[in-house]
Amino acid sequence: MKRAYVDHASATPVKKPVIEAMLPYFDQHFGNPSTVYDMGSKIKQVMEEQRAKVAKLIGARAEEIILIGARAEEIIFTSSGAEANNLAIKGVALAGQKKGNHIIISAIEHHSVLNSARFFERMNFEVTFLPVDEYGLVDPERLLGPETILVSIMHANNEIGTIEPISELSAICREKGIIFHTDAVATVGNIPVDVNELNVDLLSISGVSLGAPKGVGALYFRDKLRLMPLIHGGIQESGRRGGTENVPAIVGLGKASELALEELAQNEIHMRELRDALVSGIHERIDQIKYTGHPEKRLPGHASFCISAIEGEALIYMLNQHGIYANTGSACASKALKTSPVLVAIGVPPALAQGSIVFTMNSTNTMEDIEHILNKLPLVVERLRDLSPIWRENKAA
Amino acid sequence: MYSQEVMDHFSNPRNVGEIEDADGIGEVGNPVCGDMMTFYIKVKDDKLEDVKYKTFGCVAAIAVSSKVSEMTRGKTLEEAKSVTKKAVAEALDGLPKEKMHCSNLGAQALSILHVTNAVHKIP
Repeated sequence: MKRAYVDHASATPVKKPVIEAMLPYFDQHFGNPSTVYDMGSKIKQVMEEQRAKVAKLIGARAEEIILIGARAEEIIFTSSGAEANNLAIKGVALAGQKKGNHIIISAIEHHSVLNSARFFERMNFEVTFLPVDEYGLVDPERLLGPETILVSIMHANNEIGTIEPISELSAICREKGIIFHTDAVATVGNIPVDVNELNVDLLSISGVSLGAPKGVGALYFRDKLRLMPLIHGGIQESGRRGGTENVPAIVGLGKASELALEELAQNEIHMRELRDALVSGIHERIDQIKYTGHPEKRLPGHASFCISAIEGEALIYMLNQHGIYANTGSACASKALKTSPVLVAIGVPPALAQGSIVFTMNSTNTMEDIEHILNKLPLVVERLRDLSPIWRENKAA
Repeated sequence: MYSQEVMDHFSNPRNVGEIEDADGIGEVGNPVCGDMMTFYIKVKDDKLEDVKYKTFGCVAAIAVSSKVSEMTRGKTLEEAKSVTKKAVAEALDGLPKEKMHCSNLGAQALSILHVTNAVHKIP
């Protein structure tokens, strides 16, 4: 059976050169980077090289840092994008609580940001959940507040693909001396990301969307920023994250960052081509659908729709039977049985939101994948609509 | 993960459709919540001569509808009352905990039918 995996926002295959780069660090070079003998100190050096590779991918200046032996700017390795987001929100809020107790995030943030902010709400912080427009865009004018210590707005949303105007948002915060964090898990490796252009203080990265293994991520944070660690321990990561470093995974993240930078421009063109073919093909073949997210300001490999009169979980299972792997924000597909807050925030009517489907492509996808989806998706939708008691009235309307 | 029985009923749902001259129609759920079932019955000599349905919802909701139709078709109204939430879930070799409300919907749809049917026949 033909197979089309189009859920790269959930997981990506680890690239072969990444696996090869990692392997020696399981048995040959297994030393603890915190030890002083050469078996450890060499690993420490390797880890710093990886830091430089990650930094280079996002335009941070870590290379000079290593050369001059100072730490002007930093990359902290974490266990995931979620941990990077937690460290950014909690680390900044805890370190800065004497200055103020107001946090602003958008209404469409990833759960790791959303629930970190809610955690502070329970600790008597004031949290503002910024609304977004119908495309999922945050309005920069709405960023205000005397007690605000932190603003966190994602670079791009994983469910609707919309890319936020980060540099405009961060400029407002910079002027007021407010710390700005962006969750760039969806963008790093997919589009050019530069922390200086974006003008952010903190930026989260995940290995999962980069072709690195699961279980590794990173947080970039700007010079001199005060950050309370989440994991207290030894001096690892300059005392900002205790615990012996996951060296093989960090090497994997470094290698994946290096490859991502080399392949970025070419991949972007490829993903855009596939995405445009998929989007126009779906519009031609299926009626009564809503293309969610911004039509232009969106990730190159991202297409998302809400299909009327059917439910997303059933849709995903039926596509699965045709070898198609996509994602959904429907209530039934979530364990909590709640409609995706992102679709609610952009104003998709609740019934329509149940028919959500999200395709995230990467460089490994081909035009054959798109053709396979365009052949099968209309059949699956028709089958589910035939079953649906609300399709007849929708159709008539 | 769903049981094989659930996947079988989801992939090949039995008795799908509407009954034009139904004796009873039961509708539960709401598309806003992600599940909606409409059941149609035809009753003859106190027996459910035909049971059909249309379902908007997830894998579990579709499988439950199909199972309920299978378990009640040809049964007497009294026998059909034994088709409870639990009985449907068991007949499907179990449902994930968070999906139990789907089997509840199926049972509810049928109990609505019983009431409808007992009180008055829908013309």
